[in-house]
Order: sequence, then structure tokens, then C-alpha cells
Amino acid sequence: MTPVVLAQAIHKRFGRLEVLKGIDFEVRPREVACLIGPSGSGKSTLLRCINHLEKIDAGRLYVDGRLVGYRQRGEKLYELREREIAAQRKDIGMVFQRFNLFPHMTALENVMEAPVQVRRENRQAARDRARELLDQVGLADKENAYPAQLSGGQQQRVAIARALAMRPKLMLFDEPTSALDPELVGDVLGVMRRLADDGMTMVVVTHEMQFAREVADKVLFMDGGVVVEEGDPEEVIGHPKHERTRAFLARVLSPND
Amino acid sequence: MSETHEDTAVAERVDIRAVPVRHYGRWVAAAIIVLLAAIVVHSVVTNRAMQWGLVGDYLFNDRVLRGLQNTLVLTAISMVIGVVGGVLLAVMRLSPNPLTSGAAGLYIWLFRGTPLITQLIIWNYLAQFYPRLGIGIPFGPTFVSADTNALISPLLAALLGLGLNEAAYMAEIVRGGIMSVDQGQLEAASALGMSRGRTLRRIILPQAMRVIIPPTGNETIAMLKTTSLVTVIAYFELMNAVQQIYAQNYRIAPLLIVAALWYLFLTSILTLIQMVIEKRFSRGAARPAARQKTWGSRMLGFSFGAREQGMT
Repeated sequence: MTPVVLAQAIHKRFGRLEVLKGIDFEVRPREVACLIGPSGSGKSTLLRCINHLEKIDAGRLYVDGRLVGYRQRGEKLYELREREIAAQRKDIGMVFQRFNLFPHMTALENVMEAPVQVRRENRQAARDRARELLDQVGLADKENAYPAQLSGGQQQRVAIARALAMRPKLMLFDEPTSALDPELVGDVLGVMRRLADDGMTMVVVTHEMQFAREVADKVLFMDGGVVVEEGDPEEVIGHPKHERTRAFLARVLSPND
Repeated sequence: MSETHEDTAVAERVDIRAVPVRHYGRWVAAAIIVLLAAIVVHSVVTNRAMQWGLVGDYLFNDRVLRGLQNTLVLTAISMVIGVVGGVLLAVMRLSPNPLTSGAAGLYIWLFRGTPLITQLIIWNYLAQFYPRLGIGIPFGPTFVSADTNALISPLLAALLGLGLNEAAYMAEIVRGGIMSVDQGQLEAASALGMSRGRTLRRIILPQAMRVIIPPTGNETIAMLKTTSLVTVIAYFELMNAVQQIYAQNYRIAPLLIVAALWYLFLTSILTLIQMVIEKRFSRGAARPAARQKTWGSRMLGFSFGAREQGMT
């Protein structure tokens, strides 16, 4: 079975700063992979490389068996046109730390926008599906609210519905609960948990260790641009082998957790 | 615990009835202003030179109204050229291609760096620079050509002068608006597979509008007044009409008042329209417009109940 995400020796630098120093990992269909690690470890950058929001400098990155951002003929790589990159992104949903909902559109319009504009779906069909998705994330009664009228947790759930509206094969979550008040985190994690149960392939950058432990099939601990430790959540979070992993977990988990 | 606390709070609720602060300074300032206003109004009303009767006669004079019509047409078309050109230039200015953005930069530099009146006169005397204008292959043969003087009418010269100059200013306004939109919006649209053009049209520009509209309203109001400059190239508009009339009958003061009243009336209307449009584009904005205190509360320290109630 082709892995949904396959990364081979990925390198990425911003100017003189090398943020990813040779990352290998793969995510198989229906798998949930959590990326954990201290800030600045490169986990968000890695996630953003997967849908080509960042360009990688070295290595190969495949989504669903296709090279991301390039076409390979023989030994040579050709950059894809903007239109082709956009076409690749249609199948990859992304949820941002700061939601990034379109503030001039209602919740319903936010969810409908891409299916109508990008997939050229019929407006009525897109509206019906958007309502269904808002219902799924528990916001059926908020379809006419503008983002500014919603709480952070509600906005993030609309953002998840918006990404799902494109029927993606893969969902990327970039610290989806980091900008939320503590009492709102649960609703968002609940939606993500259900999504995982329904078999969505997901890559999640998160600081929620409890979520990673319960939902992830695979946890990668990153530090300083490399994957320090990778494996079953019970192993990595429960019984970390590396000193750096242990030190990080000790910092994020309260002593009595 | 908390329940008993609340109970006592309700039972002992005592409304505040305090004597408001007396703003003596405000009273003194108000008295001075009322006095000055009385002096001004008195001088305006009793001044025979103003010839208010004539102002009334000429306000709806046929020539004045035709000039007014031309002023409005000039304002509208110049603003359309300005806005369309401005959006184009702003998008060019933000292009990753250095030649594209450089060309837009050069245009803006050129048109903002020379006085509008100079540009108007240059357009009017274009024949001095290029006696004939034609269409053909660059550096090759020309297919059609015409005498520049015949081609460039005063109206065209006025529109070119006002519109192209406005485009340079609008470009900076639009660019500021586009840059004010959060980078995350672009990322979210990209992640959904939207193309650059569609992202600009559907996501970026509607949000940029909120920043672009107020200064564009100001530009339109300014344009209405600036059109009076085209009197130097003898295009017939409100100011020109008034000048023509007083050149014949020497009723200079009342006719200038006629022009001023019309400009004032039109800018007031435009201001009202601007307010309505601004409200429309602030959809989804978190911050409602700040509520002004009533004059009563500011002067006297009390409020007229109903007017203080929140608007929904």
C-alpha cells in the first residue's frame, strides 16, 4: 500500500539556519501521526512542507505517491506550475494554529468557499454539505455567524469543517489548540478524535500529550531539526529512550500526570 | 455562600445619584464660540456685497447646472480610471517580477512627483510633444494616425490628467490595503487549493476593502473639488461656468458663493454615501464603530436617556 506521506532525507533551511536536517518518516492510510517537540524543533516547518507552503531544499517528499511540488523525468526535477501545486493541495486539508478563517464570510460561507470556487461544485450541493459538516463539528446553529462572533474553539471547529469540505485524503493540523483558552481545547480535540476514529489520515503537530497518547498510531519526537525518537505513543511518551525526549516530556507533563 | 452574598447585594442595591462634575472651562469656551459665530453670521447676512438674492437666482442657472453636470461626469470617470488603474498598479507593485513592480513604481513616482496642473496642461498641449498619434508596429510602420490636436479634446485631456494622476495615489492606497491583510489568509486560501488570482479576488481584496474604502472616499471627495483645476485647460465645468458668467456681469462674489455652495452640497452627499459603504464593508469586523457621547452629556454632565441606549 502506498504511504500517504513519504519523506526521505528532507532538509530545509531559512537563510543560514537549517531547520530540518534530514527527516525520514512515513504515514500510512488511516494512520494518525503526532509530531511533538520543543518550539523551534522544526515540526511546524515539516508539516508546512507536506503541502508545499514551504519548499524543501533537499530530499524527496511524496504525498499519495506523487512528488510534492515537482515532477520528475529521469533524473531531472521540474518545478510544478502554481496551478498544479494548487491541484495537489486540494487533497490535503490544513488546520492552522490561528484558525485563519475568512473574516468577511459567515461560518457557512467559509466552509462552502473552496468546494464552490475550486472544485466547481454546485452551490446548493456545497451548501448542504457545509451544513452537514458544521453539524458534525457541533456548530449547526452557528452557520450565519461571522468568525469574530465565535469563540476560538468554535472558530477552530469551523476551520476543520472548512478543510474537510474539500474531501481531503490527508489532514494536517498545526498546533490546532495552542491558541485556545484551556476550557475550549476539549471540543476541538473531540472533533479531531472522531475524525481519527472515522479513519482520516492525519499528521498533527501538538503539545497535547494526552491526545497524542490516546489517538496517535505513531509519535515522532523532534528536536533541533531531526527526529530523535519515533514509535508507538506508549513507547515514546510512556517510556522514552532518549534523554532529550525525557527532558522535554518532564517539562510539558505535570509531575502527577 | 455565594447565594446569600448575592441576595444581600440585591437587597442593598443603592443607585448612584451623584452631582456631575461641572465643566466650567467648557462653558467659557462655548460662550466665546457662540459670540464668534454670531459675529460671522451677522457679517455674512448683512453684507451687501454677498447679494444673497443673486445667489438664489444663479444657483439653478442653466449654465451653472450644465457645468455641475460636467463636474459630476468628470469626477465619476476620473475616479473609475483612478480605481481600476490603482488596483492594477498595486498588484503590479506587489508582483514578484522586479520589472513589473519597478514599472509600477516608476509610474507612481512620475505621476505623484509632478503637479497635477502641470500634467493637465501637458495633456492639453500633447501636440507640442507628439504632433501625430498613430497605431502601428513599434519601430516599424504605422497603420493609422491622426492629428493629436483633433484627437485630444479638452474633455479627454482632463480625464487623462485627473484619472492617471489619481491612479498613482489609488495604487498606494490599494497596496496598503492588500498588505494589511494577514498573511495567514493567503496561506489558508493556498492550502485550500485556491489560485493566486482567485485568492486575490475572493479573499484578499474584500478584506483589503475595509482599509481601502475610507481613503478612497476621501479621494473621491477631493477629486470632486480638484476637477475645478481643469478650468486652466478651458474645459467647461462648474468652476469654469461660474467664471464665464462673472466675466460677463462682474457679479463675482455671489457667483463664487454659488460654486462653493454646490461643492459643499455635493461633498456632503458623498460623505453620507461613504458612511453607508463603510458600514457595509465592515461586515464581520470585531470592533463596532465607537459611540459618541451626546452633546448634552459632554456639556452638562447628564444624558438624555434614550439617546444613550446602545444601537444594535
